[in-house]
Amino acid sequence: MAPPVHERITARWSRVVQDAAVSHGTLVLLVAPDQLLEVARSLKAEFGFDLLLDVTAVDWPARNPRFDVVYHFYTTRDFVRVRVKTRVAAATPVVDSLISLYEAARYSERECHDMYGIEFRNNADLRPILLYEGFVGHPLRKDYPKHREQPLVPYRK
Amino acid sequence: MSADAPLPNPIRPAFGPGEHAGTTVVSIGPSHPATHGTIQIIAELSGERILRADVHCGYLHRGFEKECESHTWHNLIPYVDRLNYCSALINDFAYCDAVEKLMGIEITPRCRYLRTLLAEYSRIADHLTCTAAALMELGAMTAFLYLVTIRDYVYEHLADLTGARVTYSFGRIGGLARDLPDGWLARLEEILREYDVFVGRVHGLVDRNRIFIDRMRDVGVLHTAEAINWGFTGPVLRSTGVPRDLRKDTPYLAYAELDFEVPVGIKGDNYDRYYVRMREMDESVHMIRQLVARLPPGPLSVDDRRCVLPDKHLVYTEIESLINHFKLIVDGPDVPAGEIYSAHEGANGELGFYIVSVGGGVPYKVHVRAPSFVHMGGVHRMLEGYQLADLVPTFGSINMIGGECDR
Repeated sequence: MAPPVHERITARWSRVVQDAAVSHGTLVLLVAPDQLLEVARSLKAEFGFDLLLDVTAVDWPARNPRFDVVYHFYTTRDFVRVRVKTRVAAATPVVDSLISLYEAARYSERECHDMYGIEFRNNADLRPILLYEGFVGHPLRKDYPKHREQPLVPYRK
Repeated sequence: MSADAPLPNPIRPAFGPGEHAGTTVVSIGPSHPATHGTIQIIAELSGERILRADVHCGYLHRGFEKECESHTWHNLIPYVDRLNYCSALINDFAYCDAVEKLMGIEITPRCRYLRTLLAEYSRIADHLTCTAAALMELGAMTAFLYLVTIRDYVYEHLADLTGARVTYSFGRIGGLARDLPDGWLARLEEILREYDVFVGRVHGLVDRNRIFIDRMRDVGVLHTAEAINWGFTGPVLRSTGVPRDLRKDTPYLAYAELDFEVPVGIKGDNYDRYYVRMREMDESVHMIRQLVARLPPGPLSVDDRRCVLPDKHLVYTEIESLINHFKLIVDGPDVPAGEIYSAHEGANGELGFYIVSVGGGVPYKVHVRAPSFVHMGGVHRMLEGYQLADLVPTFGSINMIGGECDR
């Protein structure tokens, strides 16, 4: 049985949510990039989603817009998870940062920027986190070859 | 690059020396005996007090998520073992659970109980490692040896079951690699009794030890609201006083059928994190005894040829099973298109797998919500304002595991 909060969220945001579905027990909301911050703020303030679990992206090279940016939220009050997705194009992979709502977004957004090249507006610290300074490209994009090597220090002969 | 040229710096510190008069900026790590994994902390010090800390991870990054996209679903099991290698079985089961949900598979009751048992056994090994290392770094060598003695019993015992001491590759989509060998449960009860003895001694040595309390109490304090805001979960969040535990809140495996408590701290300091882990191990022992008493008989793996390998004697005697075997090994199990986020309570916090499938034998995307990585994003809040020497026990109390942090 779906938790009642699913229906309340869908009803509250029916205006901006482009698609809402329950997938394996998790409510999935698809919103436009410019609505993301507003929806996240409401999830936190009105529905008690106080834990930002995760920020990542999915690359669909053949699709336009190319990237899904995916967020997972959890409420420590009702024990429910919500997945919020937004789609951005390869030419302007920009979404608003959630650091004004969740400090946890800082590291997760850095990782997502590393791996997919998504820009998070208003997150001033998008330094590499899992990669190193000077790394070229975004390794989890589908067009980044798995075997490409970029050694920081030349290999020994 | 000539041999004498300085090596390029892989990181860009958030701040450098000379910004404030009278402060010193030091770089700790990435290869430092007290940081367990390879992690680098740039710290600005006033005297011996840490004013600011900038934490850099990634030295152990090995492209786990990229690698996942070109191997079959089954081939990933040895990889997920190497995320949190202190409790590899929990990773195995969390991953298998996510894939099984995508495939719509419900595992057998015996498998469900055994996975729960092994997950709790792994949690004990993980907490023993963390607590032992943290105590050793404070000079408590005897306590370290007591705890590691038990951990070695556990490792050897798991080696009897799985053939490996640390990275077991024991989970299978739809079941487990094999059933328990004869006498395994008898030895388990022996080890649990030894556990009571040795952990009891550590309690006696440490809990009310003046030196230990002075080093741990009111150090690295984290409050609940702040912990949640920075994404902390697991023992670190519970040490701040809230009983948030996925085993209770969103029960999976057999946890809904078990009697156990969720220990919490009172202040969210290093002492509470030590004590929460010690108490959690007791609860795990309590759960394991219930699981052993109620372990149901029956098959271990589901009867589903989409993912479970056919019996060897069938592979050798009938063509359908031979083809089935080949198809599962070469092409991989056919997981229907879809996406899922599935989380288990790992030893250090919420371990989530976000998996996207487009159908076929290879994942389209596997993302791990690794508690250690999220915790590294907020660890500076527990370091700033305390002494440089406190960095060691505070960092130890989080149990950052490089394998899952850097992936």
